[in-house]
Amino acid sequence: MLKAKFAGAGAIIRAVESCGDSIVYVPASSLSEIMAFLKNAPEQTYDYLVDITAVEYRDPERPLEVVYELFSLQRRAQLRVKVELNKSEDLVVDSLVPLWNGANWLEREVFDMFGVVFTGHPDLRRILMWETYEEGHPLRKDFPLRGRFSRSEQVRQALNANPEAHYSLEELAIADVYHEVPADMRERLARGERDKVPDPESP
Amino acid sequence: MPFGTACCAIEFMATAASRFDLARFGMERMSFSPRQADVLICAGRLPFKLAPVIRRIYDQMAQPKWVISMGACASTGGIFDTYAMVQGIDTVVPVDVYVPGCPPRPEGLLYGILMLQKKVRGETLADPSLRDEQPLDHRGLRLPPSVVDELSEPFGNSVHQTRSA
Repeated sequence: MLKAKFAGAGAIIRAVESCGDSIVYVPASSLSEIMAFLKNAPEQTYDYLVDITAVEYRDPERPLEVVYELFSLQRRAQLRVKVELNKSEDLVVDSLVPLWNGANWLEREVFDMFGVVFTGHPDLRRILMWETYEEGHPLRKDFPLRGRFSRSEQVRQALNANPEAHYSLEELAIADVYHEVPADMRERLARGERDKVPDPESP
Repeated sequence: MPFGTACCAIEFMATAASRFDLARFGMERMSFSPRQADVLICAGRLPFKLAPVIRRIYDQMAQPKWVISMGACASTGGIFDTYAMVQGIDTVVPVDVYVPGCPPRPEGLLYGILMLQKKVRGETLADPSLRDEQPLDHRGLRLPPSVVDELSEPFGNSVHQTRSA
């Protein structure tokens, strides 16, 4: 295995070879340090972050794993780095956006689907589900397939959502159309109209 | 007004293309603006995120207007009985013709459109009760909540759903 350097420091929990892939388990505390080493060290050069995802197993004792797929374009080498997060504690791991800008949306997706909080992420919002979504994180094992709310409540919340509020102010500003949108829409966006949908039947 | 979100939209394109040729029935003008559209064809599944979008498109269409729900997903949610999917677009917009199939054959869609033509022929402008263009109520729902919950039967809604650990 490639990682003799960190093994001495106790920073690698274990390394296994499975189906021809190298998998390295690292603790969450030293993740960013190890990733910076993997990216920058001349003998590693894992310069391409392919994907970030997470796995939760059906066994409630098993920790949730955040999986990082790395690839070295020069050496044509692949490496999978896993961080195990204990489900009884807060799911917190360092953000890799300072190292790879592309980690931004990947981490937002993992946050959206699993609720893993990436510390140091510049803009940790939901990315697939809408921002007013409050049923939880859909890919967690304790999430019912049909969602937590009744169908009528889901339809009510969906129909009361403001379609423009799916876009953040930053996204519209980048899109160059921000100055052309009507003033009232701009004002609604500036207010960040993605609060909870009020229920007219509750007092 | 084609509202294509999934594989049904591919079949819809085949319907419009030369082999099946929607134009034979005088229905060939695809309008990509709701203001000039008479019929909204929802081809494909509708996630909750798109529900306010299709509702707004429907509201922007000039009356009289009709809706065709194309395919199993648009009509009932289909195989997507999940947290993210509207279980039938008739909870969001009123639907005139449902075309079943996954996806429907172009002949099926043509038949649905011809059925709609037949329906339109029986309508009069003087009698608005023939047309269901019901606006949203104070809750922002088109149907009463009990009806929407009923639609997800017999499986029951998610609140009662359990999962083996």
